[in-house]
Amino acid sequence: MADNELVGAALVVGGGPAGMQAALDLAESGYKVYLLETTPSIGGTMAQLDKTFPTNDCSMCILSPKLVATGRHENITLITNAELKNVEGEAGKFNVTITRHQRFIVEEKCTGCGVCAEHCPIEGANSFDRDLAPAKAVYVPFPQAVPLIYTIDKGLCIGCGICEKFCEAGAIEYSMDSTVDETIEVGAIILATGYEVFDASKKNAYGHGVYPNVVSNIEFERMLSASGPTEGHVIRPSDGDVPQKIAFIQCVGSRDAQTPNTYCSSYCCMAALKQAVIAQEHVPGLKTTMFFMDTRAFGKEFEEYLHRAETEYGVRILRNNRISKVQQSHETDDLLLSFIDDADISEESFDMVVLSAGAKPPEMARQLAKMLGIKMNSYGFCETDELSPVDCTSPGIYVCGAFSGPKDIPDSVAQASGAAGKVAALLADQRGKLVTKKEYPEEKNLEGQEPRIGVFVCHCGINIGAVVNVPEVMKYASSLPGVVYAEANLYTCSQDTQKKIKEIIEEHDLNRVVVASCTPRTHEPLFQNTVREAGLNKYLFEMANIRDQCSWVHRMEPEAATKKAKDLVRMAVAKSSKLEPLPQPKIPVTPAALVIGGGLSGMTSALEIAKAGYEVHLVEKDKELGGHLRTIFSTLSGVDPRETLASLKKEVREHEKIKVHLEDTVEEVKGYIGNFETTLKSGEKIEHGAIVVATGAIEYEPEEYLYGKHPKVIRQTDLGKMLASGEFDARSVVIIQCVGSRNDEHPNCSRICCSTAMANALKIKREHPETEVFVLFRDIRTYGFAEENYNEAARLGVRFLRFDPESPPKVKANGDDLEIDIDEKFIEERIALKPDYLVLNAAVHPNPDNKDLAQLLKIPQNREGFFLEAHMKLRPVDFATDGIFLCGLAHSPRLIDESISQALAAAARVNTVLSRPFIEAEGVVSVVDEDKCIGCGRCEDICEYGAPVVEEISPGVFKSRIKEALCKGCGSCAVECCTRAIRPKHFRSDQIITMIEAALADEEPEQEVKT
Amino acid sequence: MEEGTNPEMEHPAFEPKIVAFCCNWCSYAGADLAGTTRLQYPANVRIIRVMCSGRVDPAFVLKAFSLGADGVIVAGCHPSDCHYINGNEKTAMRGIFLSEFLEDAGLEPQRFRVEWIAGSEGQKFADVVKKMVAELQTLGPIAEESA
Repeated sequence: MADNELVGAALVVGGGPAGMQAALDLAESGYKVYLLETTPSIGGTMAQLDKTFPTNDCSMCILSPKLVATGRHENITLITNAELKNVEGEAGKFNVTITRHQRFIVEEKCTGCGVCAEHCPIEGANSFDRDLAPAKAVYVPFPQAVPLIYTIDKGLCIGCGICEKFCEAGAIEYSMDSTVDETIEVGAIILATGYEVFDASKKNAYGHGVYPNVVSNIEFERMLSASGPTEGHVIRPSDGDVPQKIAFIQCVGSRDAQTPNTYCSSYCCMAALKQAVIAQEHVPGLKTTMFFMDTRAFGKEFEEYLHRAETEYGVRILRNNRISKVQQSHETDDLLLSFIDDADISEESFDMVVLSAGAKPPEMARQLAKMLGIKMNSYGFCETDELSPVDCTSPGIYVCGAFSGPKDIPDSVAQASGAAGKVAALLADQRGKLVTKKEYPEEKNLEGQEPRIGVFVCHCGINIGAVVNVPEVMKYASSLPGVVYAEANLYTCSQDTQKKIKEIIEEHDLNRVVVASCTPRTHEPLFQNTVREAGLNKYLFEMANIRDQCSWVHRMEPEAATKKAKDLVRMAVAKSSKLEPLPQPKIPVTPAALVIGGGLSGMTSALEIAKAGYEVHLVEKDKELGGHLRTIFSTLSGVDPRETLASLKKEVREHEKIKVHLEDTVEEVKGYIGNFETTLKSGEKIEHGAIVVATGAIEYEPEEYLYGKHPKVIRQTDLGKMLASGEFDARSVVIIQCVGSRNDEHPNCSRICCSTAMANALKIKREHPETEVFVLFRDIRTYGFAEENYNEAARLGVRFLRFDPESPPKVKANGDDLEIDIDEKFIEERIALKPDYLVLNAAVHPNPDNKDLAQLLKIPQNREGFFLEAHMKLRPVDFATDGIFLCGLAHSPRLIDESISQALAAAARVNTVLSRPFIEAEGVVSVVDEDKCIGCGRCEDICEYGAPVVEEISPGVFKSRIKEALCKGCGSCAVECCTRAIRPKHFRSDQIITMIEAALADEEPEQEVKT
Repeated sequence: MEEGTNPEMEHPAFEPKIVAFCCNWCSYAGADLAGTTRLQYPANVRIIRVMCSGRVDPAFVLKAFSLGADGVIVAGCHPSDCHYINGNEKTAMRGIFLSEFLEDAGLEPQRFRVEWIAGSEGQKFADVVKKMVAELQTLGPIAEESA
């Protein structure tokens, strides 16, 4: 297909965290995005979660801003409550037919006020709360839903017409056709359809759906959620009692040969640990017991979480346990479990049992595969290759998130950015062609003008008007100082009111606008846009929240609510009179990237950025590209990566946009997002707009188990090399896991070693069936589809012996021979082995160079020395400092496909910076008054974003300056500043104090607002 | 205006005035959620939105008390949840200092609270306000000497 026929738009299927991330990255990089979601709201499974591991972050708190950002992005069109019907065409140009399932509510008219649901007399099944609480026949799945549009469930609705009567927006329309088709044209498709949770009731022996006190993990998660059906109270469904003992059964519908799901679902061990910890926080004295086969805490800082759960929270952890059945006591509804504890069979009774149900492919996966002509793997997930982890088997179609295999949120989000990076490269020539850039009129010059404030008070149908006396509030508002106009609206947010507000701004020459209605969290951008369209700076807008924080919470006290509404309006007007127009400076961007590290991740990232059309400088300290991949001879699936490595190196070296700097390092970095200036050790100076850190990690040089002292003690990489070269010759091999991992010094798991041990053990068994292989382990952590290798290794006769870290294997040299003693945990016997080789699975340790780079770039490291991303869940490849990104082993240990996904992700994130001619800084930033600043550097010390920098402006005179492009406007520095030299714009002290004064003033306007 | 704090009313129940500083990302969202889920709490609180609880200058708290607030709440994200990485840690430190200072100044400890309220904790927001209103009603207005 000729480049000019490509379509600069993409379809993203699935609106969970992965789909949203892919959509946002593409939209930010200059592509039009259609985000298709089958349910009425975006958010995916994450919206149902209470907390997230390993930080115990509130899931909705971190998800909600992302929902809002996706929902209001000018280049993203949300198509919710809809499904894919047909796809034709090829990479670069697809014709897509979508079927929308009607909501029976006119989307343009619905304001999301919720009056319909409040009055709906019908209650029925609630899939969001897993039926633990009923839902109305007209509903939104959850209060923070995006788009906030109600849907009538025609299966439940009796057509009584009550909602229609109450809907003052006139949005209800029962007579719509139930579906409508539409077609769109896109250049690429990203599949982010996610997964489904295994139906725990299918494991009959566990009694889910029969015994009331046996709940699934997702039901328990809803129970823990403060906004869930039990408001965060952990209670026994049978009698409402608070449980004192809860058991967690792992691997329900995972690693289970009785089901099609023999793979590991990857996230459930951590999710269950989190649930146990959070439940113990909710219920003082609660005892939790977890039945694991293995604890699979393989991710970044997961092992530390496991350790804390066990030691600080007292979560009881029992390994080697596959619970066979749950029995219920008829008298008490308690649940009886038999299990293995220290090699003995025990029986114990619990108040509640939580089943950690695993992931399964989504129901529509096969149909989707057929429609798109892509392959599914044997489990029914989307097939990908280890070396191209975001490509489907058909060109122009990419995959991310759990649809390509069970994975946790950060891995899904990284893969999503990676898929976006691939699309950006495919459609590079079409960048910016289909996106709309909104043009606003020039801002009016308000200099010297007194405040002329217009106040719009919203009835919100009856949401506000039925409690608060809106006309009275409006009348009161008009009496406040500075207010020259006030009116009341049925819905201030409606299209026609927006038009009217603009006319009134003109007519009355308003220079500030206050809207008293709902919450600024959802509606401020809408009104800011309106005032901007009328030529006012968007920061001349202020909101009073008289619905969510007034009429809704004081429904029985109309007088008090009216008084409060007046106070809130008075506070907003007082602040409004002190608002100033804030410039959003345009910071030019140098369209080039610096990639530090020339291993697999660095090269992949560099190449993808170059393909998207930007210049790249790739800096490698070694004299050759390739990094660790040079020491790997076989991937998990048995593919030799050397050919891929050779062609990748060639492509990187020959790409006209990539300049490779070998045997060079970064010496100095100045500047900030869009405008970095880096000096290399060779003296070369580079100007660039973004940075990717891909400095990799190192393989541990063991000091234990006679490594380096006995020729028969080797590392896993040495074994790989021997197997590849054909030098391998042994009758017996012992592999010891966790060498240099999961200890006091390096508390975390190295993630890759179990899977690589299994791949090597398999290779030995397949090529030398007579060779005996013993794997000495603590937990086997072959997560995801690598579990298949574990099963296969066991089938081929590899022996697995579990040891306790308290009594590790003892290795003795007896001349040329080796003797190994192990205290086997499961059978509780001492076993002596005399192998020809002892293979140590050495840990992945952080690159010791990280420390210097961390100082140069002012980026953080975690306790172990890996780099620390901006947010462990939703920003896995970003640093808190804008314009700097992270991928590969520099982030944490990971497998090849995961490194590639992250490298592509870092490229996509770089694209979001470099695709813009300039970056529009936020207006809400802090500024330093140089006259007051004494250059103490306190602000520089406490800012996590590196925004304030103390500079010597003249000899001996130091002043802090805040880089607008980096400042997030949190205002913390202003409070820390000992000379009060820092002014956080829009949240200035005088603005906040005037609100305090107004809040505490009497109602009579004459007596308040001292200026 | 016709209703409100009428000094001529006979022994009205003491209605404390509470100023709450809420961070945009968690506790303001929590307060919104209390509304979305229609939880009811007394109408004594006036919320001032800040981007981060770390923006709340101890001077604002003192100002509120000096202007007649009977109680002040500073609410932020739970530890480790901060939208700005660790602004709430600064709030926590300042909160400790401020509590001690206010107590030294003769104010009852119930009059000032630092609370961590997540965006999903509408109930917690409502509970915090209810509890504080009840406590302040028991305490009554701030004694002249400490004001």
